[in-house]
Amino acid sequence: MLLSVEHLTTEFATNRGVAKAVDDVSFELREGEALGVVGESGSGKSVTALSIMRLVARPAGRITSGCVRFNDENLLDLSEDEMRRVRGKQIAMIFQDPMSSLNPVLSIERQMTESLELHEGMTRRQARRRAIEMLELVGIPDAPNRVDDHPYQFSGGMRQRVMIAIALSCSPRLLIADEPTTALDVTIQAQITDLVQRLRSEFTTSIIWISHDLGVVAGLCDRALVMYAGQVIEDGTVDDIFADPRHPYTLGLLRSIPRLDRPVTAELVPIDGSPPDLVSPPVGCPFQPRCAYSVARSLEERPPLQEVLTGHKVACWVDITKAAG
Amino acid sequence: MSGTTLAGPHLVDASGLKTHFTSRRGLPPLRHTTVIRAVDGVDITIARGETLGLVGESGCGKSTLGRSLLRLVEPTAGSLTFDGIDVIGADDGSLRRLRRRMQMVFQDPYGSLDPRMTVEQAIGEPLRIHALASGAKRSSRVRELLGQVGLDPRVGERYPHEFSGGQRQRIGIARALAVEPEFIVCDEPVSALDVSIQAQVLNLLDRLRAELRLTFLFVAHDLSVVRHISHRVAVMYLGSVVEVASRDRLYAEPLHPYTRALLSAVPVPNPRMEKGRQRMILKGDVPSPARPPSGCRFHTRCPLAIERCSVEVPILEEKRPGHVAACHLVDRVPPASRPTVAAAP
Repeated sequence: MLLSVEHLTTEFATNRGVAKAVDDVSFELREGEALGVVGESGSGKSVTALSIMRLVARPAGRITSGCVRFNDENLLDLSEDEMRRVRGKQIAMIFQDPMSSLNPVLSIERQMTESLELHEGMTRRQARRRAIEMLELVGIPDAPNRVDDHPYQFSGGMRQRVMIAIALSCSPRLLIADEPTTALDVTIQAQITDLVQRLRSEFTTSIIWISHDLGVVAGLCDRALVMYAGQVIEDGTVDDIFADPRHPYTLGLLRSIPRLDRPVTAELVPIDGSPPDLVSPPVGCPFQPRCAYSVARSLEERPPLQEVLTGHKVACWVDITKAAG
Repeated sequence: MSGTTLAGPHLVDASGLKTHFTSRRGLPPLRHTTVIRAVDGVDITIARGETLGLVGESGCGKSTLGRSLLRLVEPTAGSLTFDGIDVIGADDGSLRRLRRRMQMVFQDPYGSLDPRMTVEQAIGEPLRIHALASGAKRSSRVRELLGQVGLDPRVGERYPHEFSGGQRQRIGIARALAVEPEFIVCDEPVSALDVSIQAQVLNLLDRLRAELRLTFLFVAHDLSVVRHISHRVAVMYLGSVVEVASRDRLYAEPLHPYTRALLSAVPVPNPRMEKGRQRMILKGDVPSPARPPSGCRFHTRCPLAIERCSVEVPILEEKRPGHVAACHLVDRVPPASRPTVAAAP
């Protein structure tokens, strides 16, 4: 197992009290696997990623328990120096807005060669050659010249390609992508997902792809986690989750979105209500106030994430295939 | 319809509509002026009671077109009528009377409400401006509107920050409905909302349209959402409309290569379908509307373009009954493979 997250909990201090942004999250990722993490804003997808990277903003945010086992090493035990050698080299991360992670005053060349010199011990000349190769690989036209350009000289889609090139340049074992195509137009998103598909066959990098877009995850990932209110409520292969969802929230999400692969219906089936306040979440199942399947036990006790079919885990007291919603 | 005030079959009729923006940079003598052709010669009609979906990527001019129809931005050329009345030539008085009949719902439910106004003040404001109701009558109308959009009629005393995104969008809708408009431009009304909330607002809009006999221009970048809510759909690229057809025709048999590329790029939550799918991947980015390409504006990214496309501007014309497209190659290209639309549930 490349990555194994166990009982991870990350809290944020707010002026109204403590919010559990990530609440007892456990999951595993195999070598070479692409794992999608889906959920709405506030569900804890991004904070889970930042916790793995140990990039949660302090002092407001704090990892309070759990462990992040990567390569048989608990990342939460490493010193800040040791962690710096993991970031970028072993685990790379790309974000929704490339401008927030690119340095606006440095050329792309300097931003790429810096980590290659640091992590790979290359000379500047070797690093430059590698940088150009990587830019060519991600489809930047005229890479030998564009490598000396600055971030503002690239369009949004091209910047995201540059980010992917930087992230993959040190051949990390894990790439974490946090909503990397959300700000892009759909034709540019298709270019990026097409690129990532292609790169997956060339690199053995494992991927954690965070997205609120169920379609993107369906196309790109092998397995998916569905998060709600800081918790993983369903975990399975994308085939199982999309064709045979077992959690009422996953089912509700799939029913509520208009889909091009289905005939038009007169009315969508929305999920009533809104997500809970993480400072004072409901006792029991976090989805219970919006759930049509809720039973007495849902009000009192939080359902554990349990395997219901081989490789398919669900956190729900009810078997929705047998119950009436 | 020009020259007559009789209501034709179309509530909104725009022809050759252009909205250009001029941006000036620097100081004289080094000042240079660029003209952004945000909307550049659009012909479009909207029938009473219909929802016309308007799709396209960012910067294609779809929001500017929506605003131009309400004269929230001034069109620079072309003609535009609303219920047979000339909108562009309207003086202040008749424009104010027209504005009562045309309203807008904005994308950002956070930015479009004044944080210092209570909900009752926000929804009551258009009633005050148009002198439609005051005092107790206004309060009771606000309560009625809150009920109509699915909010508790007693929340009038509260402030926008006390509501979630979906609830704020309902407040924005109530405010647009206050003056009993006939036509509403909905500009990306659900794109800032979480997916589980989007469906609530889409259902509400569609129900209100039917109950109140409204006409919608629904501007959005999400092609799945537009397919769900629209009767007809128009596709824009770089300031021009490139294709218009009924919803079912457009999604089942898109004629313009750009529409095909857009549809093939939309991911669907169906792993088996996604993994077997042949995508039409467009090269490069949308060119700048300050320097649109010659001929067909799409030719720089079109995988089918021939020499003629870079020279001659294609006319938006009827290629199939009720289905218009602006492309020289429509009849030369084999029908698009359409793996996206299922035949049966």
